[in-house]
Amino acid sequence: MELIGHLADGFATSLSPLNLFIVIIGVTAGLFIGAMPGLGSVNGVAIVLPMTFIVPPSSAIILLCAIYYGAMYGGAISSILLGIPGASTAVATTFDGRPMAQQGRAGLALIAAAVASFVGGTISVILFTLFAAPLADVALAFGPAEEFALVLLAFTTFVGLGGDDILKTIIMICLGLALSTVGLDLISGDPRLIFFDQPGFYSGVSFLVLAIGIYGVGEILYTIETSKSAPSVTPARLTFRDLWFGIKEVGKLWKTLGFGSSMGFFVGMLPAAGATPAALMSYGLSKLMSKQPETFGKGNIEGVASPETANNAASTGSLLPMLTLGIPGSPTTALLLGGMVMWGLVPGPMLFIEQPDFVWGLISSLYTANLAAVLVNLALIPVFVWALRMPFTVLCTLVLVLCIVGGFAPSQKMHDVWLIIGFGVAGYLLRKAEYPMAPLVLALVLGPLMEKSFRQTLISEQGNMMAFIERPLSGTFIAISVVFFLLPLLKYVKKANRAQKA
Amino acid sequence: MADRVIAGAIMALSLYFMWHASELSIGWNGMTGGPGGGAFPFWLSAIMFVCAAGILVRSLRGKTDYSGNFFDPETLSWVVSVAVALTITIALMPVAGAYIALPLFMFWYLKIFGRHGWTLTASLCICTPIFLFFFFEVTLKILLPKGLTEPLFFPLYAMFF
Repeated sequence: MELIGHLADGFATSLSPLNLFIVIIGVTAGLFIGAMPGLGSVNGVAIVLPMTFIVPPSSAIILLCAIYYGAMYGGAISSILLGIPGASTAVATTFDGRPMAQQGRAGLALIAAAVASFVGGTISVILFTLFAAPLADVALAFGPAEEFALVLLAFTTFVGLGGDDILKTIIMICLGLALSTVGLDLISGDPRLIFFDQPGFYSGVSFLVLAIGIYGVGEILYTIETSKSAPSVTPARLTFRDLWFGIKEVGKLWKTLGFGSSMGFFVGMLPAAGATPAALMSYGLSKLMSKQPETFGKGNIEGVASPETANNAASTGSLLPMLTLGIPGSPTTALLLGGMVMWGLVPGPMLFIEQPDFVWGLISSLYTANLAAVLVNLALIPVFVWALRMPFTVLCTLVLVLCIVGGFAPSQKMHDVWLIIGFGVAGYLLRKAEYPMAPLVLALVLGPLMEKSFRQTLISEQGNMMAFIERPLSGTFIAISVVFFLLPLLKYVKKANRAQKA
Repeated sequence: MADRVIAGAIMALSLYFMWHASELSIGWNGMTGGPGGGAFPFWLSAIMFVCAAGILVRSLRGKTDYSGNFFDPETLSWVVSVAVALTITIALMPVAGAYIALPLFMFWYLKIFGRHGWTLTASLCICTPIFLFFFFEVTLKILLPKGLTEPLFFPLYAMFF
């Protein structure tokens, strides 16, 4: 009962005319920022943060959370329409979202992304409200060994269930992991893989640079080859009937949505993880649980809904350790944490006791921001789909310009723009030779987490490799990983036996 | 052919990565009780090398699954021309500025490569830089490279910042 009373007080704050107006402005701005390749929720929150001092702390955090939510929704738009992830959190959405758009089902993909984001956001806010304190304890029990085992599991799902050439998949995973080590050694701080002594490599290879290069420039080069002037996609139309049909289609995926939400929420809570690994893991595990894993990557609606559910759930989950422990779960929550400190609010368990208005105002604003984001997003889908009708050469020009500027914007270094072109050409050639791209991107994102957790575990266990197997949770993850890794071998032996009998 | 070329390139890249990674310790680090700084990239590159060698051997034995048409001179020339145009644009950006380099690229792509009309070409070449200026510079405070054109922007800076 006390919980309902607190929540009712919170809604009284978040539903005031000023705060409602702020939510709508915030989600709309976030939607556009999230849809711009190279920009994301971090940029949106960082830009607006200094301007929030003109409103009370509750309104300020409501605005920032609205931008955060809007950007999480927006990331999917460019992933689906252009094949370039708007933000790192939306990279897994590209795997099936882009093929859906190319098949003329862009509207359905956008609806699926919006509805799945809404479901993921809503379920995780409910989980947040109900289980904030106990779940924070579970997340704290998740050590480096478990993190390493979880990442390993994510990779082996690609090897065992990817359906691609296994050698090529392993090469792409290793390449992504090797690229993730560029920069400074995590433990000693020594420079590593500083190619041609270029200072730009000291800060590592940015995930967005690789994603824009491969999915932006590489995709355009690949499409130019197949059609110089014809449209790259079948023009899509969207009516209210399509909207209703789309919502019903997504509704059928209730298992995926439920699983993605709870997993996304939990992974989001882990301080080192966040929304991007959550989305990629959810994608991998949805493929694992699917009855038709071979259709993933070829325009399966589940492949859009699953990561979108997880990334929105994770964005809410990442707020939990920030509020209860003062540990940000993602770069955006780190900014929100900074904002809270600037407003004189000290995050931690005492915050719930000392500042209940603020805490419950924030929690209730997550409900309103989530609802506003899905409504604004659905209302704007016809505009986004209309953008697909332009001639390919026009779309191509704008995308390439956006890739250059979007690649330059986050770091403001020409080095990154050169890398984009390099990755674009390499991505084009690798794609021509039928190398899978998803494992490469996944490995670059999860690489630092994998290496850090691996080395941390070994250091804390005095080099005992058995530490990964001895811990129950990590041991289970590793056992499943081994099974996935051996699956292709078993399939091969079975096939060879059949051929011999025939 | 494609499999062999790409596998060979990956093997060369792996060796280059291994050579770079071996600048740090690639074995067990007694000081910290874990692998050295170079171990992760070195051994990953070694796995990459072995897998690429596997693809090369498989291809040489004629057991490839590759079905694509790797080299098509006509379509390849389109790709090469766009890649070259992009390279020139990026090289031009720090010198002539983004607001000269990007519209030039757009003009080449729309008018010469895409054979679009003057109205569409001119409107996109003018409107896109204006949008970029207001979105990136004015709203997000992200300054794009100006090069020689920097002085032309001083009045705009005075007006909007």
